[in-house]
Formats: sequence, C-alpha cells, structure tokens
Amino acid sequence: MSKTKPHTIQHPQENYTAGFRMPERAVFKARKGLNEKIIQQISQHKQEPQWMREFRLQAYALFQKKPMPRWGADLSAIDFSDIYYYLKPTRQSEKRWEDVPSEIKTTFDRLGIPQAERKYLAGVGAQYESEVVYHSLQKHLEKKGVIFVDTDTGLRKYSKIFKKYFGTVVPPGDNKFAALNSAVWSGGSFLYVPQGVHVDLPLQAYFRINAEKMGQFERTLIIAEEGSSVHYVEGCTASTYSSGSLHSAVVEIIVKRGAHVRYTTIQNWAKNVYNLVTKRAVAYQDAVMEWVDGNLGSFKTMKYPSVYLMEPGARAEILSLAFAADGQHQDAGGKVIHVAPHTSSRIISKSISKGTGRTSYRGLLKVHRGATDVKSRVVCDALMFGKYARSDTYPTIKIDELQTQIEHEASVSKIRDEQLFYLTSRGVTEDEARGLIVNGFIEPIVKELPMEYAVELNRLIEMEMEGSVG
Amino acid sequence: MTPLLNIRNLEVTSDRKKIIQQCSLHIRKGEVHIIMGPNGSGKSTLCHTIMGHPQYRVTRGSMKFNDVNLQKLSPTERAKLGLFLAFQYPQALPGVSLGQVMRATAHSMPLPKLKQALQNALQSMQLAEEFATRSLNEHASGGEKKRLEMVQLMLLKPKLAILDEIDSGIDIDALKLITQAINEQRAQQKTSFLIITHYPRLLQHLTPDRVHIMMHGRIVHSGDSTLGKQLEQEGYAAFEYTHKLTRTLRKKQTTQRD
Repeated sequence: MSKTKPHTIQHPQENYTAGFRMPERAVFKARKGLNEKIIQQISQHKQEPQWMREFRLQAYALFQKKPMPRWGADLSAIDFSDIYYYLKPTRQSEKRWEDVPSEIKTTFDRLGIPQAERKYLAGVGAQYESEVVYHSLQKHLEKKGVIFVDTDTGLRKYSKIFKKYFGTVVPPGDNKFAALNSAVWSGGSFLYVPQGVHVDLPLQAYFRINAEKMGQFERTLIIAEEGSSVHYVEGCTASTYSSGSLHSAVVEIIVKRGAHVRYTTIQNWAKNVYNLVTKRAVAYQDAVMEWVDGNLGSFKTMKYPSVYLMEPGARAEILSLAFAADGQHQDAGGKVIHVAPHTSSRIISKSISKGTGRTSYRGLLKVHRGATDVKSRVVCDALMFGKYARSDTYPTIKIDELQTQIEHEASVSKIRDEQLFYLTSRGVTEDEARGLIVNGFIEPIVKELPMEYAVELNRLIEMEMEGSVG
Repeated sequence: MTPLLNIRNLEVTSDRKKIIQQCSLHIRKGEVHIIMGPNGSGKSTLCHTIMGHPQYRVTRGSMKFNDVNLQKLSPTERAKLGLFLAFQYPQALPGVSLGQVMRATAHSMPLPKLKQALQNALQSMQLAEEFATRSLNEHASGGEKKRLEMVQLMLLKPKLAILDEIDSGIDIDALKLITQAINEQRAQQKTSFLIITHYPRLLQHLTPDRVHIMMHGRIVHSGDSTLGKQLEQEGYAAFEYTHKLTRTLRKKQTTQRD
C-alpha cells in the first residue's frame, strides 16, 4: 500500500466518504426551531394517542427547565432555534428496497446496507432524517414472535407492551437531552424478543442525516424476555455541512432473567454533528448486558452507556472505543450501577486522539449498600498522537458496600519511538507502523465486533491514521 | 571487492554527548564480524546508528552500504536495502502479531507462501505455531524473544544482519539453535553478520572472520577468532593498555602537528 504525504496532518473530512449529499426530500418539514406548536404538529402527523402527546409536552417543559450540562464537551455553540426538529422524508416505511424512493435507496446502497442485509443480518431498519423508511425481519423470526419495527409502529401496533416499558429506563427528566428526545422523538427501533428465543444473526438499524441543520431524535426500546438473546447493531453517518446538526437519541433496554443483549454501535457521524445520547439498560437475574460502543465520527459526543444490575447474577460489560481527530471531542465512557449482590461488571475503554482531537473517558461505578460480593474491573487506556492531542480520565467510583472487589487501571501512552523504530527497522513504513500499533491497541474491542464491522472499523481507523505525525 | 558495509571514522552523538569516535569497520559479503567490549562502550549505539535510530546523530565520518550513503535514509529504507537489526530488547507490540508485521514488510510474498515460510521458520526455532498470531514479544520469555528475532531474520533474508546480544539471557539449547541458524543463513544466503556479544562461548559456535574489541566508543583492537580466547584469559584490562597507547600516540601526533 502506498501512502501519501507522510508528514502532514490530513483533515479528517478528506476521508469521510459518507459525507455525500442528496437533494433534500420531504413530504413534510416542520418549521425551524422548537415550540409547543411544533411538538403538537409532530404528534398530529403521527396520529398519536393522547397520552403520548401529553408525554411529549411534559417532556418539553422539562427540557426548557433543565440546564445545559456544565461538564463534558463544550455545547455552548448549539443554537436550539436554528435546528429542524422534524422532517418526514417519505409517506411510509417500506418492506422492500424497491419501494423506497430512489435517491434514498441510492444513499443506503452507497452505504452498503442492502448488501449487508443479504449477507449477514436477520433484519434491518433504515432511518432517513426523522422517519424509518425501510424495515425488514426474517420470516422465521417473525413467526417466533420477535417484533422488530420502527418505534412509531411499535407505539401504534403494540401499544400495551410499548406503554409498559416506554420511558421507564430513561425518564424524560433524566437530563436535558433525554427531555428533548422525549419531546420530539421520532423513529428508532422497537424490538421485542419473546421468552427463550435466540436471534442468531444481528439485527441492524442504520441512521442517516441528509438535510442541513437537521435534528435526529430516534428512540429505541428493546425488551429481551427471560432466557432470550439478541445482538442489535447500529450504524450512523451524515452528509457533511458547515453548520451543526444535532443527534440526540434515547435507548432503553430491559434484559429479563437469564437473557443476553448485546448492543453494538459504530458511530461515524459527519464532523459537524453534535451527538448527545442517553443509553441505559436494566439487567435482572443472571442476565447479561453488553454495550460495544465505537465513537469515531461527530463534532462532539457525550455518551455513557449504562447498566443497572438489579438482581443477583446480572453482569454488565461495556467496551468503549473513542477516536478523536482534529477538532473532535469524544466524551465517552460507561456507567455501571450495582444494585444487587453477586453482580459483576467490566468496563474497558480505549481512546485515541490525534491532531487537536480530544478524548475524555467519563465513567461511573456505583455499588449500593447491601450489594455484597460485587466484582468489577475498569480499564481505560488512552493513546495520543502529536503534542496537541488531549486525553482525560474522569472515573467516578462510589462504593457503599465494603464487601466488594473493585479494580481500576488507567494508562495514557504515546506511541513509543522504540516501537516505531522496531517496526520500521523491519522495512515497514512509518505510517503503516503507526496503523499497526493503533489497530493493535484497539484489538481487544475490535475482536468483539462481528467480522464485517471489524474490517470496516479497521479501515476507517487506518484512513484516519494515514499521514499523522507522531 | 568493495565492502558491503563501509564505516569510516564515524563519530556518533546523542544528547550532545559523543558516544562513538573514530570508528571504522569494513564488512564484506558473507563475512561474520564480532564486536566485544565492556558495558557502555558504545556497541549498541553502533548497531542502532547503522539501522538509523533517530536518537543518534552522525557528527563525523561516513557510513556506506553497498556504496550507498546511509546517513540520509530512514530505517525503512535501510531495511529495504538489506539491513536488519536483531534487538537486544525486542519491543512488545500489544495486539500486533508477527504475521501482521511480516505481511507489512516490503519483502512480503504471496500470503500462502509467507504463511508457510513463517511456520517453517518458527519450527526451526522450536517455537509453537501460535507465535505467528499472538502479540509479538508480549508475554514472551527472554529466550523466545531472541528466537523470534531470528525468525524475522530468516524471513526477511537481509544482506547484513546486525545481532545485538542475541546470546544474552538464553539457555544453551537456544544458543545452539540460534548459532545454527546464523551458520545456515551465512552458507545459504551469503548473509554477512555483525554480532555484538559479551560471551566468548559464542565464538566456539561460529567461525568469525574478524573479532573487534570496542572500548570507550572506539574499536581499539581487531583480530581473528583467537582474540576471544585472549580476552577470556586476560580480560578487557589487557586492551585498556592498547587503548591508552593509541590515544597517547594520537595526542602526540596532534601536538607535533601544532
């Protein structure tokens, strides 16, 4: 492989192949900015029940009241009045790609979604702006009672189960952006896996922002009944603009007794997107919840997938990978709350910053009183390139129970000259040597990804690393 | 015949400190040279300088490989010319496997062939197959690391291999394996070797063309393989005298010139 410009820092956008734009398409677009009227409009368009409309309006009141977070990434430049909160691109969600309007289908073709679906996915949801435009699930899973639809359909068609869980894991008042999402949510996935059903291939949701100054507020609700298992994967990209877009999702997951949920994210937003997401799961007896969270794109990300371990035997695993190139700030990490005894958790965070990029690991590990025999291990490693890159660690550990076993390790490293020298003395170019070291650094997380995503992730990172100065 | 490696009057500086002075060395194709010397005499610095470590600056003299001036070349370019350095302390590379490194080198062959060659080389060094896929030099014993260096040498087939204390920290069986491999490479590939060692025992397994004694950043004495024996009997003190003598002579010459 020949590498160009070995000694210049490349602007990350040069490599962002997903940044292409299509002509804007809307069957309805709400006016810019946010007020009660717009929320009413969204609800009306969706023909929602009264309770949801009230839920939205109450959440909007909370959003107005809640202060902006004064920690984490600098969000002071967000202008809430300069964002479109709802854009409906098509009349309805389709079950066949042929029925999706051609410019939208072309977009997903270019992103490789239908191809991936044919090869290794059990079902796909594709969201464009505010609405899901395509949704599919393999027949045999449908027959077993698995529900995998967009969240609006979930509310309409499965209202009983929907209402039982919606907003119970992340209440609207949780934080300002959870409140915003609760007020204007649209799209996302509703996934229900019945007792004892194992979904053997991953289900994928793909989120795309095409319009300028767009806000995307999908809402995902996953319920894994006793003894079931599922792997849900989400990916996201956006067209590149100079003005900021806002992505603020809420994800709620309920993992019942003995169930196993893995939620994998490859976040590759364009570098003008604020990505402020609340993701939380509750895990019951002997349940396993795993978050594999890869953050490569966006302008600023604040995201800390969390797990509440509610009953004995529950286990949480959070693998977090953050990559901040020039101008980016990835404020990511994970939270585990041990409510019950005999629960265990592991958080592994790997972050890379280069150029003027900044990564922060922000984590919470909390052990409630009475939660005895808890085991937890937190490892965070940071790798930095160049003298302007920055990395910080904010691990919060609150232990109210003495009988626990907690380990915490943190390390920050620069790629050592000696490692580079070793590799170059073998005839490897300096750029390739850096690529090898970085890929080696993130290997513990990449190996947890399905093969196809691992390849994609390695490719993305190699592109970012090309021509960076050590 | 012009020498493969031609070092003339080399002076090497690091952090404004002179580490090597007036060092000259000529190695021809297929020759084995051994450098011995007390700790801190500049042996490892010489190895690193030849390979192009950025920490060391050549402030005087010249270094040529196959008549190509090495000084302006990166380590990658030097490796591509046919230089190889087996490190005294090979770097651990977490998450990076030997297979990956070998695939990334300029000398890479078609993948199936490379895999086969890698397995053969591992086998000849009595290393398990898994060494090809696990993190290179991580959680490996001292002896395994040295043998892994030899595996890389066998795959890369350099024209000149510099071995920096390849025989330290290994047992007698590993020493045998390594010296066998050196002799084989020499016989089959006409590889030249520059070998740094502390132990005259190495000389029993190899038949070096030249043995050099390095002290205080200079090569103070060169001879044939019998030099090892002399060193074993008399220690470096015997050469300290030569070193002082040459220095005095040089000083005299300079004063006379003044």
